Amino acid sequence: MANFDLTQIPHLEECGMLHGAFDAEALVKNSNTLREREILHNKIVPSLEDAVLRAGLKDGMTISFHHHFRNGDYIVNMVLDRLAQMGYRDLVLAASSLSECHGPLVRHIRSGVIRRIETSGLRGELADAVSHGVMECPVVFRSHGGRAYAIETEELPIDVAFLGAPSCDAYGNANGYSRDEKDGLACGSMGYAKCDAQYAKHTIILTDHIVAYPNAPFGIPESEVDYIVQVDKIGDPQGIMSGATRFTQNPKELLIAETAARVIEASGRFKDGFSLQTGTGGASLAVTRFLREMMLRDRITASFALGGITGSMVELHEEGLIKKLLDVQSFDLRAAESLKNNRFHQQISASYYASPFNEGAAVNQLDVVVLSALEVDCDYNVNVLTGSDGVIRGAIGGHPDTAYGASVSIVVCPLIRGRIPCVVDRVETVVTPGRIVDVLVTDRGIAVNPRNPDLAEMMKDAGLPVCSIEELRDRAERIVGRPDPICYTDKVVGIVTYRDGSVIDVIRQVAEDA
Amino acid sequence: MELKKPGVAGTLESSDIMVTLEPAACTGIDIDLQSAVEKQYGRAIRNVITDTLRELGIHSAHVLAVDKGALDCVIRARVKTAAYRASEETDYRWREAKP
Amino acid sequence: MRQLRRTMLYVPGNNAGMIKDAGIYPADCIMFDLEDSVSAGEKDAARFLVYEALSTLDYPGKELVVRINDLSSRLGMDDLEAIVRTGKAVIRLPKTECAGDVLACEAQIARIEQENGIEVGSTGMMAAVESAAGVLNAKEIAVASPRLIGIALGAEDYVTDLRTNRSPEGIELLFARSMVLLAARAAGIDAIDTVYSEVNNEEGFRAEVRLIKQLGFDGKSVINPRQINPVHEIYTPTRKDIEKSLAIMEAIAEAARRGSGVAALNGKMIDKPVVERARYTLELAQAQGTLQKEEERIWQTLT
Repeated sequence: MANFDLTQIPHLEECGMLHGAFDAEALVKNSNTLREREILHNKIVPSLEDAVLRAGLKDGMTISFHHHFRNGDYIVNMVLDRLAQMGYRDLVLAASSLSECHGPLVRHIRSGVIRRIETSGLRGELADAVSHGVMECPVVFRSHGGRAYAIETEELPIDVAFLGAPSCDAYGNANGYSRDEKDGLACGSMGYAKCDAQYAKHTIILTDHIVAYPNAPFGIPESEVDYIVQVDKIGDPQGIMSGATRFTQNPKELLIAETAARVIEASGRFKDGFSLQTGTGGASLAVTRFLREMMLRDRITASFALGGITGSMVELHEEGLIKKLLDVQSFDLRAAESLKNNRFHQQISASYYASPFNEGAAVNQLDVVVLSALEVDCDYNVNVLTGSDGVIRGAIGGHPDTAYGASVSIVVCPLIRGRIPCVVDRVETVVTPGRIVDVLVTDRGIAVNPRNPDLAEMMKDAGLPVCSIEELRDRAERIVGRPDPICYTDKVVGIVTYRDGSVIDVIRQVAEDA
Repeated sequence: MELKKPGVAGTLESSDIMVTLEPAACTGIDIDLQSAVEKQYGRAIRNVITDTLRELGIHSAHVLAVDKGALDCVIRARVKTAAYRASEETDYRWREAKP
Repeated sequence: MRQLRRTMLYVPGNNAGMIKDAGIYPADCIMFDLEDSVSAGEKDAARFLVYEALSTLDYPGKELVVRINDLSSRLGMDDLEAIVRTGKAVIRLPKTECAGDVLACEAQIARIEQENGIEVGSTGMMAAVESAAGVLNAKEIAVASPRLIGIALGAEDYVTDLRTNRSPEGIELLFARSMVLLAARAAGIDAIDTVYSEVNNEEGFRAEVRLIKQLGFDGKSVINPRQINPVHEIYTPTRKDIEKSLAIMEAIAEAARRGSGVAALNGKMIDKPVVERARYTLELAQAQGTLQKEEERIWQTLT
């Protein structure tokens, strides 16, 4: 039939990979309907074991997880329990972050199933065990941007990604909410899972909700998904998110938030079209409330808000005060709903958000970021990872990513918490280097990094209570007294990396009480 | 001042301390302290409790202190209150004012 | 500079956390309460706590006030003994019925000052009237002692005494407020309004603050830090007021330089009350820090 002879064509070997002549006889057309095909030909496998075996997981390999289900996550524990039963050992657990609910992992560390952990943070029982030296290998802490960078550059190669999804169709189009049904579990953006799906050698979606094809819009496209496992439950909705993050009524947090809003106003960045991000924590989130009043008063709108998105940001968006929302992680149901319904509420990946690899990363377009802190020291170094008792109790999150990227980075924290001073000589753990922190706002005064004298002048001219950071440290000490230093052993239990993977600090094992 | 019965003062709210004083048979002040800031301030808290009791002339007592991050002045106030309650005294001796 | 008393923040005397943090809010005065917010069984604990806090902690820039229990009980006397010794706080006498109450309290304060080597007369006082009798005697109460810096209305007990309750419009308080205010002005001391307890009703609160400012009150007791800023906003003179007041004071100074007894602004003669209002506006603005640098300089050359 063919009116050509492949062997006679000159330079054929230069024309790329060709598979010989077309053979029409070999074609079998599938006349099944869409419904039939979804059932007969899909990526759904019968069990988690099945998916694991097909993905070719071996001892010592790296498995990854996202933390969009926060403290309501069932996936990590479920998968590790199963892998332990299957006899796996020495796995590297690379999660975008881990929460209180992951205490059961301690057992798998002790039994040798987990050899190493990579994460943004640790809390609760697991954090406590790590701080007390349960692991042989130190935990590597990365920021959200730093993790994306490590995955993209294959410095952190992922063998199998286990990604929980509130909805997925039979071919792997997965998302953090379902368009079909009103209720059901939702986590909103799947931003931290996107890089894993894209770069993992094998991606397994675990879902409790298989929906009709096409599950569009999707957070993760089917092209990045190999297997789908249906499970009863992927998480506890209570732990994943609340209805709407309520504004704090705590007068101290409100005071800090209001002062931070005034700092933004005085910073020269509060202009039409500005961009902002507010981090987690009552004071940080409440900044939005005060900004809103200022924006209405001065008729200023923001071009975009970035980051973990909350209901309060959504309100400003829907009021027309913030044009676009770039959402790597939705913090409440209000935000998840908005992601579903608002056209200019865009889901973005961790890489798009914050990778240092990417000059266009959204963090680099920020005018202002407001970030919480556990401790700040006189060099403006910020700790968000270890408590004042030296035990791990937090997460890096996007802290150094946004502090670096934003034109002005504002750190908010009370001067003292209970009896603990939050402005100190030296933070327990350096997470964000002081060089990229501009202003510290506390409930007892503001300090401006001396690297930025112009900014200090602007704050003073605005009548804000500016003093040196040493003065803040002294104020704290006058109230609470000087704490005794924490005792550590020599063993390193955590390695804290900066965005580019360089080591900025280490966390040591806390000494047992004498 | 002599402790006659157990005396309690303070609350379990943040920044407070609940102090229970009990008469002790043998001489000495023995302190059972529970505090979230034990590592950083345990020593200071014990000192403040001991000093305050000594100022009141109390040299033997069993002290149970459940601390929620109280400042020194709060600890002193709670120890004094507990001491007066435990000794059933209401004739308060205030420190001399500074001129 | 004029002592501002726009806001007097209530701090329950037995609350360690609030006592620690009271100084971070922008209230002009902090009032530690040993009276109604402290249960009968905790009076001793609150007294020790406030005493130790006043002796140890700094509240920079704040006027400190302690509301003691009334002196008819042992409690009130114990409170006085403790608080006067600190030398740090104004004594607020609750439920003042007549000038005699003020005089009795003053005598005890003087004794404690003398016994402890504190300058006699250095401890300030405030009287709160909280009953029909107290309100009717406001005039004699306000002039009873040179220690008095202000007189306050306590509305909750007062409306109960009247056999009514508080309404959003506050019509039932109109007489008492007017009486307290007139007594304060006649005595040359400050008038402080009662608390507004619906913390979440900001609109209602603002309406009440506008009302008492219009009546002439110097400030208001507040029970939550969130109530501070609305009061300060309402009490802040507008730019227009400040500019006009400054122009008036400049015109007066200019007239004085010319040796003329009569000053005029924009062709209108300036009356003495106008000058007084302008002076008060500028004093208030200066104390609040709302004068701009240049205005501050001009105002200083004028005074």
